[in-house]
Amino acid sequence: MQLDAMYQEIILDHYRNPHHKGLRDPYDAEAHHINPTCGDEVTLRVTLTPASGSELDEKAVVSDVSYEGMGCSISQASTSVLTDLLIGRTVAEGMRTLDAFTELMQSKGKGEPDEDVLEDAVAFVGVSKYPARIKCALLGWMAWKDAVSQSLEKEGA
Amino acid sequence: MTLREPGQPDTAPLDTKAIREDFPILSRTVRDERPLVYLDSGATSQKPRQVLDAERGFYERHNAAVHRGAHQLAEEATDAYESARETIARFVGADADEVVFTKNATEAVNLVAYAMSNAATADEGLRRFQVGPGDEIVVTEMEHHANLVPWQQLCQRTGATLRWFPVTDEGRLDLSDLTELVNERTKLVAFAHQSNVLGTVNPVAPITARAREVGALVLLDACQSVPHMPVDVRELDVDFLAFSGHKMLGPNGIGVLWGRRELLAAMPPFISGGSMIGVVHMSHSTWADPPQRFEAGVPMAPQAVGLAAACDYLSEVGMDRVAAHEHELTAYALKRVGAIEGVRIVGPTEAVDRGGAVSFVVDDIHPHDLGQVLDDRGVEVRVGHHCAWPLHRKLGIVATTRASFYLYNTLEDVDALVEAIGAAQRFFGTRD
Repeated sequence: MQLDAMYQEIILDHYRNPHHKGLRDPYDAEAHHINPTCGDEVTLRVTLTPASGSELDEKAVVSDVSYEGMGCSISQASTSVLTDLLIGRTVAEGMRTLDAFTELMQSKGKGEPDEDVLEDAVAFVGVSKYPARIKCALLGWMAWKDAVSQSLEKEGA
Repeated sequence: MTLREPGQPDTAPLDTKAIREDFPILSRTVRDERPLVYLDSGATSQKPRQVLDAERGFYERHNAAVHRGAHQLAEEATDAYESARETIARFVGADADEVVFTKNATEAVNLVAYAMSNAATADEGLRRFQVGPGDEIVVTEMEHHANLVPWQQLCQRTGATLRWFPVTDEGRLDLSDLTELVNERTKLVAFAHQSNVLGTVNPVAPITARAREVGALVLLDACQSVPHMPVDVRELDVDFLAFSGHKMLGPNGIGVLWGRRELLAAMPPFISGGSMIGVVHMSHSTWADPPQRFEAGVPMAPQAVGLAAACDYLSEVGMDRVAAHEHELTAYALKRVGAIEGVRIVGPTEAVDRGGAVSFVVDDIHPHDLGQVLDDRGVEVRVGHHCAWPLHRKLGIVATTRASFYLYNTLEDVDALVEAIGAAQRFFGTRD
């Protein structure tokens, strides 16, 4: 029985009681991502607050992440964990967390995640053993990256 | 061996124990030494030793590039390739020169779609294949993407209009608008013989009869029928039939397009290059006769030989018996899976005009999560939209779980599926 390693209680908790769920206004950018193999989807909005002055850059703080989605427990729980980890952090910190999570998901079950960085997201190490499910776990994260890039581009334009 | 009345199909029960011994992979274990319960033959079938041996035998004894060269191996390889074509043609009641080998069934459908768009820029003699603004192509809402997207693309390239038969809530084709949908503007009707999601076996006769009335061509996607039931292209009275080798015990990398002789003879090529030519000059070329016209490049001779061995294997068992066996499994699965609390069958719930693809949804468990628990118990099914996204959207569901059967499956496999669904419900706490 390897299921328990994959569906750790933290994951099932986030799935049953997702954090920060629902779409909220106002927001800076929205991204809609679909997993083409199963049709799962997520719509995710980010709100950024500039660190100083009016420039939105990597130092801006992610003041809110809101989302709606339908999908499996892995994609839903992973997006819920994302909101816990990234709300209140700077964009630069968020991108580092994203990198750490992506690296964990590519670790084929052998990753040794830093709990200080990934907190509840360390529970997804079991998922990384199943190649077909990695996309599920990354669905919300890719939407977040997309929405943040859009926000920063809009600012630069 | 029982005696049968002449003309009666032989539907004697299969010796699944003996059949399973021909399939080496079925004796392996998966995930923590669980016996493999393979219920994903709708995606791809497993291969018997006879097919593997035939392919290996070709490589070990006769390997050469076919239709090229004059040495002995080239002769033997060409003989093997063309004999394979005869065997495969016979399997569907066709003549060998009407059978074109393609990479897979998807390419077979594209071959016709691209012949039609190439005809749009060609001469009057190809009028039958020409499509443009005002013309219509008709498909169905239950099509696999392989028999939908190529027609969407053809319409986009040529300005023709794509139309489709709707699907009823029960998962049958709604033919009530048949005469309106298939009309004088219709150039081609393309539809699945058997749905890869719903299992529905579609009524071919009324659709082809209407297509004949208006002079439209008919292409049948037979990927889910040729492997599982007796299919005869003359009886079906269609114009094109596409199917894949790997879903019928054969190797990957080979598909089949059967087309009426006079149509193939008139069609322009899809892919051009070596060995599909008549004469080549620096500025222009002429084409070989079918089927070579549609087989540019060195073809997949070892896979053709493997597929012919698969046809021989199925013929020896008897396609009526294969169909009867799968019918029994389907009826049993519909009854047992359908009876689980919180489970709903997607598609016809009775085993009438219905093949062995049984899709379902389980309340409050996403198919990906369900598939994970099943996989943990060695039960291998397909989860997702099964390359029929518009159908799922129409039915108001994101994804389904599909069990699909073949001649090597048993009632015990269905029992294992039922048990595993219960285990998933307990794991996710949706059932006591």
